[in-house]
Amino acid sequence: MYPTDYRYTKQHEWVKVQGDAGTIGITDYAQHELGDVVFVEMPKVGAKLTAGSSFGTVESVKAVSEIYSPVSGEVTETNPALADAPEKINTDPHNSAWLIKVKLADPKQVSALMDAAAYQAYIAEAAKEHSA
Amino acid sequence: MFRRFHEKSSVNTSAAVELRKTALNSIHRRLGAKMVNFGGWDMPLEYSGILAEHEAVRTRAGLFDVSHMGELEIRGPGALQLAQWVTCNNAAKLTVGQAHYSGLMTSLGTFVDDLLVHKISETHYLLCVNASNQDADYGHIVANNKFDATVENAGPRYSQLAIQGPRAKAIVQQLTPVALDPIRYYHFTFGKVSGIDCLVARTGYTGEDGFEIYFAPEHSEKLWNDLMHAGESAKMIPCGLGARNTLRLEAGMCLYGHEIDDTTTPWEAGLGWICKMEKTPFLGSDVLARQKETGVPRKLVGFEMLDKRIARDGYPVLIAGRDAGRVTSGCPAPFLKKNIGMAYVPPQSTAVGTDIEISIRGQAAAARIVPIPFYKRPQ
Repeated sequence: MYPTDYRYTKQHEWVKVQGDAGTIGITDYAQHELGDVVFVEMPKVGAKLTAGSSFGTVESVKAVSEIYSPVSGEVTETNPALADAPEKINTDPHNSAWLIKVKLADPKQVSALMDAAAYQAYIAEAAKEHSA
Repeated sequence: MFRRFHEKSSVNTSAAVELRKTALNSIHRRLGAKMVNFGGWDMPLEYSGILAEHEAVRTRAGLFDVSHMGELEIRGPGALQLAQWVTCNNAAKLTVGQAHYSGLMTSLGTFVDDLLVHKISETHYLLCVNASNQDADYGHIVANNKFDATVENAGPRYSQLAIQGPRAKAIVQQLTPVALDPIRYYHFTFGKVSGIDCLVARTGYTGEDGFEIYFAPEHSEKLWNDLMHAGESAKMIPCGLGARNTLRLEAGMCLYGHEIDDTTTPWEAGLGWICKMEKTPFLGSDVLARQKETGVPRKLVGFEMLDKRIARDGYPVLIAGRDAGRVTSGCPAPFLKKNIGMAYVPPQSTAVGTDIEISIRGQAAAARIVPIPFYKRPQ
């Protein structure tokens, strides 16, 4: 379910790193909590992101949520498919519904993020709190 | 993610308080519903998804557990007088077996709650009120009861299911000997559904044809399961509070805590049609008479976004660049395929076609005032 070569944040974003290139999206847990996604507000290509700062919003029928960048870097691409089909985030959040690609300022930053096992333990804990 | 800009206080996810449960709670969980705290109740927000559920109600049918709704019963020789004193619509016009939408008023002519008043007999009225207000409503009616009438907080004696959509009638008809077709809109009757004693009302909160069925909680699982089974071939699906909200907003209906509360009057909310000044005086009628003379400071309007973003409750409304009001509700309108909302604006800025802007996280987004309701079902 959660790709083992990705890293994850407590705010439920993922980042996949290849060299100094990072691809960022939101997790399956996030899309499930949001419900039907109807609109995504993206940063502009060239925008400079700081790890932990908001770079856009995801609107579901029910609510709007900020998306926080897992890493610092510069936006090189935004996913063009999401403009007309934001609902892809609900069906394929870890692959085709990636949000942005960035050129990482410091590839070492990702080591501070959770790996898949740690993230799954983290959301299991969140789910327990939720149903308590 | 999940640091929401905006979420209504009535839907908080803190687990600190013990939530109230309807008799169908375990069924909702078995169906995998996403549950939320709604006014202190553990309620299904969605099962298959708000968009799919909304679509089902507009084109087929949906089944809602609305057992969290409160029921108050007024009985006695002074029952009508009491109903007339605390509510703004004219209950004297109701015939036995008829219901109407009304407001429970403060002495300032503002809303304690909005409600449905059902006339069961000359001396017996059943009020259906909002879940989170039921105890306050009960206290308010008791405190203003100077008549020969008793008031019962009857919520625990009722479960309520809403079957809504163009196929609702055919589905319910399979389970009851009661002829449903002759029950007119906003009328009700008593009869067996699935062998269970029910009050069957042709009412709803979705803008579609449908029924709201009141019955004793111990029969909840049987009636739910039998209705689901009867609705199988019509592709009825269970629906949660998420779709209930988008459906009511598309149909231009008010929600307590959003469009109306104890600071808004019926004139401001566009609910003059439930405020009958010609009847005997009622709580707040003196204030409402004065406001009718002097005019309202703000009026509720509908708007649609000319922008892809979505207006949400509490966002500022800008007119000619200046802060001019607040959004009360906003969401994507799944059936109309546009983003809609309702807002309070100054009375001189309410004309249909007026260009306004909604301040969305500091950015002005274009919108236009449109008529309410946004959606009207085909007759």
